[in-house]
Amino acid sequence: MATIVQRPKLNLLERSYFPAILGGLWITIKHFIKMLFGQTKVTMQYPEQKWDSAMPEWYRGAPTLVKDEHNRERCVACQLCEFICPPRAITIKPGELPGDNRWSKVEKYPEKFDIDMIRCIYCGLCEEVCPEQAIFLRKDYSITGLTRSEMVHDKEKLYELGGVMHGLVHKWNEKK
Amino acid sequence: MLTILFWVFSVLMLASAAAVVLFRNPVNSAMSLVLSFLALAALFVTLDAFFIGVIQVLVYAGAVMVLFLFIIMLLDLKAETRRRLNIAALAGGIAVLGGFVVLITHVVKSLPASTDHFPPLARTGYPDAYDIGMTLFSDFNLPFQIIGVLLLVSTVGVVFLSRRSLR
Amino acid sequence: MPSLDLFLQPEIFLVWTAALKTFVILGVVLTMVAYSVWAERKVSAFIQDRIGPNRVGWAGLIQPVADGVKLLLKENFVPGGVNKFFFSIAPSLAMIPAILVLAVLPFGSSLFGVPMVIANLDIGVLWVFAVSSLGVYGIVLAGWASNSKYPFLGGIRSSSQMISYELSLGLSVVPVFMITGTLNLGEIVQYQVDHGWMVFPAWFQSGGGLLEITTDNGGMFGLDLGQSLLWIPMMISFVIFMIAMFAETNRVPFDLPEAEQELVGGYHTEYSSMRFALFFLGEYAAMIAGAGVIVTLFLGGWSLPFVPDGSQGWFWGLVNIGTFFAKVAAIIFFFLWVRWTLPRFRFDQLMKLGWYVFFEVALLNIFLTAGILAYLQS
Repeated sequence: MATIVQRPKLNLLERSYFPAILGGLWITIKHFIKMLFGQTKVTMQYPEQKWDSAMPEWYRGAPTLVKDEHNRERCVACQLCEFICPPRAITIKPGELPGDNRWSKVEKYPEKFDIDMIRCIYCGLCEEVCPEQAIFLRKDYSITGLTRSEMVHDKEKLYELGGVMHGLVHKWNEKK
Repeated sequence: MLTILFWVFSVLMLASAAAVVLFRNPVNSAMSLVLSFLALAALFVTLDAFFIGVIQVLVYAGAVMVLFLFIIMLLDLKAETRRRLNIAALAGGIAVLGGFVVLITHVVKSLPASTDHFPPLARTGYPDAYDIGMTLFSDFNLPFQIIGVLLLVSTVGVVFLSRRSLR
Repeated sequence: MPSLDLFLQPEIFLVWTAALKTFVILGVVLTMVAYSVWAERKVSAFIQDRIGPNRVGWAGLIQPVADGVKLLLKENFVPGGVNKFFFSIAPSLAMIPAILVLAVLPFGSSLFGVPMVIANLDIGVLWVFAVSSLGVYGIVLAGWASNSKYPFLGGIRSSSQMISYELSLGLSVVPVFMITGTLNLGEIVQYQVDHGWMVFPAWFQSGGGLLEITTDNGGMFGLDLGQSLLWIPMMISFVIFMIAMFAETNRVPFDLPEAEQELVGGYHTEYSSMRFALFFLGEYAAMIAGAGVIVTLFLGGWSLPFVPDGSQGWFWGLVNIGTFFAKVAAIIFFFLWVRWTLPRFRFDQLMKLGWYVFFEVALLNIFLTAGILAYLQS
């Protein structure tokens, strides 16, 4: 059923616009005065103030690679993250671990692991898909660079950002 | 000092007045006319006639010429600049101008005022706006009123003619 | 060997004091122009619950310098197909009239016996209108010479708007002249010193009032019958003049010539670098000049109640100058305040308001004033 909205009949004073104009001026001056005396909450002044302390646990920042407690790189170069990455930001070149290596039963390691941070959309699918829990989204959000190549995080950079993570995956450890 | 100013402004006025005719682009002509009006106003000011000078700027340069410019801009200017020079019209125009100058010189020379030197107008001690007002509203009150009515009639006439539905 | 006496000869004294006043006023006003741009950004930010410029200098106070440097260093681009001559002179034509208005404004009483006005013309008000009516050429020529549709529309709108509102502007101040009996801006201010401001006639010099409180220095505070009656047409004049001034200076809510949402940037769409800056500064200079005219005509110019003028010593002369610029700053704040409150008018509404309302009201106001004056004299 159609509703008919009646147009309000304006009296002469209302049609002269003056009450509405004065009302508008009153509202803006209220905002002005409140701001002048510092009673208005304003946005964070970013470079000086940062919201790092207020950042939630589940914050999805830059994806990073982590090492385990034995300083072994957790990534086994299964390339699942490379396949699932929606913007195809991840490029992995797998390499084979030599037989005399302590972790030779892992068989593979990433020879190259690049994440193009211009492409990355911080979706967190790589973290979710990783069977080894080797890739984590950390809290770095200010990823900047002057060139495109600077914006590609290589393995070294990724481990530098990721650091070491203990526990979680124990299947490759030596049996006691 | 005043003589130098007089020559500067009269030359400027006449040159820009000539430019009004000589320019092919109507906007250039209109702006030359504005310049001519401004120089004329400056001449009035050198004669201590501040009121006339400022009114000259206010009415002609500030209002009338803006309307002119407004209309000119709505026209197709390219057709105007493309038009060829018409020799016959040019010669005719110069002939009329020459005749007019000769006529004016004769009339002015035959006037007794051309030989007399008038004393400068007595300053009343009031601004010239006051003098003009007193003259208009006392000595020339009737012509002033008639002109007022005439202007009113023409205003009403314009409003009537510009109505869409003329029956 | 020219001695000091040479500088005190009347004619030479007039010349160098006028030159000095011109330089000082130009400096003060151009600084005010730069800082009113800063104030515009700051006020708009505060009204919208933001902080505004706060990076360059304390509270962003060096921001105008940074803006100026940026505009100076940009490429001065001339698009193809423009009329080069008019394209280049249009920004200057927009800036110069606004500055010329300042010549007749009495920005103070007197300092060391020198009257604080650059040119004390007997027809000061007409000079203001004549010069500000020339300001439209800059905008119209910029719009036409740019050879582009949006600037052209802006120029057309501007010319029709300014012609329409000049009428109400001129008619609305006629009552002021009828009351003061002069066109000289200095004398209009002196009248307000003696009889109270046009919009606030609460004191006067001679008796005959409804309510009188005599103060120590001989002035009287209270209500005068004549002044209180004349207050009604004065308020009407003030409101119309103020609104027409908004239209003349192309300020919101009448900024149709440069309506960003419809016309990109209006008449200065095609301009860049210092030419654009001249348009920008010209708009603010016109605003300051307009505010100065409003202050002079209606708000008592440099006067404050019971503050002596410059003949009582240089200190009071400086106080008078400060008062004038403080009042101008207050009016500019009002301009900014209105800009960040009201939406833009539609073009037909603008024309209707100018021709159907303000023109008639201003005309009737003249008759009202004449009636009151006739009643008071009888």
